[in-house]
Amino acid sequence: MPAIEIRGLTKSYGEVEAVRGIDLTVEEGEVFALLGPNGAGKTTTVEILEGHRTSTSGEVTVLGHDPARGEIEFQDRVGIVLQETSVEAELTVREALTIYGGAYSKRLEPQRLVEIVGLNEKVDARIGTLSGGQKRRLELALGIVGDPDLIFLDEPTTGFDPSARREAWSVIDNLRSLGKTILLTTHYMDEAQNLSDRVAVIANGLIVAEGTPETLGGRELSASKASFATPAGVSVPFDHAIEGDRIVVELTDPARQLHEVTGWALEAGVDLDDLSVSRPSLEDVYLALTEDT
Amino acid sequence: MARPGTVPLLRQQTGYQAKIFFRTPIAAFFTLIFPLMLLFLFGALFGTGEIPELGITFVQFFTPALAVFSAANATFSNIGVGTAYQRDEGILKRVRGTPLPAWIFMGGKIVASTLIAAMSVVLMMGVGVLVYGIEVYPRTLPAATVTFLVGTACFASLGLLVAAVSPTGNAATAITNATLLPLAFLSGLFIPITDSSPAWLTTVADIFPLSYFHEAFAAAFLPGTTGTQFDWGSLGYMALWGVVALLLGIRWFKWEKPVSSGRRAKVKTQS
Ligand SMILES: Nc1ncnc2c1ncn2[C@@H]1O[C@H](COP(=O)(O)OP(=O)(O)O)[C@@H](O)[C@H]1O
Ligand SMILES: [Mg+2]
Repeated sequence: MPAIEIRGLTKSYGEVEAVRGIDLTVEEGEVFALLGPNGAGKTTTVEILEGHRTSTSGEVTVLGHDPARGEIEFQDRVGIVLQETSVEAELTVREALTIYGGAYSKRLEPQRLVEIVGLNEKVDARIGTLSGGQKRRLELALGIVGDPDLIFLDEPTTGFDPSARREAWSVIDNLRSLGKTILLTTHYMDEAQNLSDRVAVIANGLIVAEGTPETLGGRELSASKASFATPAGVSVPFDHAIEGDRIVVELTDPARQLHEVTGWALEAGVDLDDLSVSRPSLEDVYLALTEDT
Repeated sequence: MARPGTVPLLRQQTGYQAKIFFRTPIAAFFTLIFPLMLLFLFGALFGTGEIPELGITFVQFFTPALAVFSAANATFSNIGVGTAYQRDEGILKRVRGTPLPAWIFMGGKIVASTLIAAMSVVLMMGVGVLVYGIEVYPRTLPAATVTFLVGTACFASLGLLVAAVSPTGNAATAITNATLLPLAFLSGLFIPITDSSPAWLTTVADIFPLSYFHEAFAAAFLPGTTGTQFDWGSLGYMALWGVVALLLGIRWFKWEKPVSSGRRAKVKTQS
């Protein structure tokens, strides 16, 4: 049984159609990223799966439960890290982990949790004294305090500086190695690429692409490009485009075309200055997918 | 491993709420110290002189009255304001996502604030006895205790209702201040109500439960009585208020901030 199944999900807030018909399946043990710009409908979707919001139409099944029913057996098995939240500043890290762990049937010890998220030195510090990044790591720890089978992470690293983001990534990698199913949302391309087994790109309430980070948007099919600085005083005999001061060749048949290019270069005495052969980056794919929605 | 039982969970939640209370100096000050300061102030102003219309000394009158004020404040304000601020901060939403039953979460708040109320009442009455020599009677202590329990339960429920109807923590602060303080004056907690007071004062005060809490509790500390001083009528009236407030509070309770005040604006500025 898949961990998450979504069929025809929609959600409207009055006039605003935040989610306009989503189908998704997340398998057990998978790290799945919902990638999309602000306002795409990520939080709406995730919070419906968590049971915090109700859908307008469609079906969702999470760990075999309908999350909207708010069953304790369901809440016992999922861990939630909300996009905007805070923890009681008056408590220490250890106290918060103990109290929030109190109601679960399985519990991870505070000591273990601070090791997983890298808060060892702060375990007896008041939460009010933690930095923003440390608080977010505490929230990650609170999300897994009940040793959940499924973890929701809504923009776990938004607002982090690059080094804090790297640290958070290694925390999430730790969670993956514990065998957890993880659904995370992000608007960072590289985060989806680094963390997830599969990605769905969401824009304007619709899934516009889905796949592994490598194959997203049919990227394995889309052509690589060869380009080099435009040489002076020679004509170019093969199909090409001119981008600025560069000649660009779309490689639909790479072996033959590259042979043609280098053969011509040798004959004409062209250096092929600054030659590069590249595939479109995931970033390019993402921007292309989300720009016109 | 099975989920923990109700009793250990309720105990843990109570301890947690109490911890937060005592680590919030402003709340601890206004609940425990401020009413004592009023007692010392009234003691200095009026001393142990007699209130002619009532035939009891000022301190014998003020000590139970201020104890009632403390108890109402400890439950009504702390639950109402504290819960609304927790909603502002997203803490209620976090709690709702865990397997902790909602009623145990609220139960922890109610038990903790009742214990804090008990502390403030014992403190107040203790200072009254030790510093001002007010009289207490073993015969009426059961009535005083039951009145305390019914009164705090009533005001805890009203606190829940305030939390339910307040869109923000600031609104809850405004609502509790704008209700409890004027009612405390109207109900004669700060100024004795006598036959020469205007009649409308009593008419208005008698709609609300605070004057019944006061009347029933003060009856237990009235010199010259002989019975157990149970005031069943007042107890019943408070219980009625409490049950209605509890039902409405549960019905209207929200775990998340309303969208108009915060979330939507935030989403907009982000995108
Ligand atoms: N509670 C709400 N009430 C009204 N509109 C909302 C609410 N939550 C989100 N929206 C709107 O729905 C759309 C999707 O929002 P959201 O799910 O938060 O997107 P994301 O998490 O991808 O940024 C946005 O246009 C947002 O303004
Ligand atoms: Mg979001």
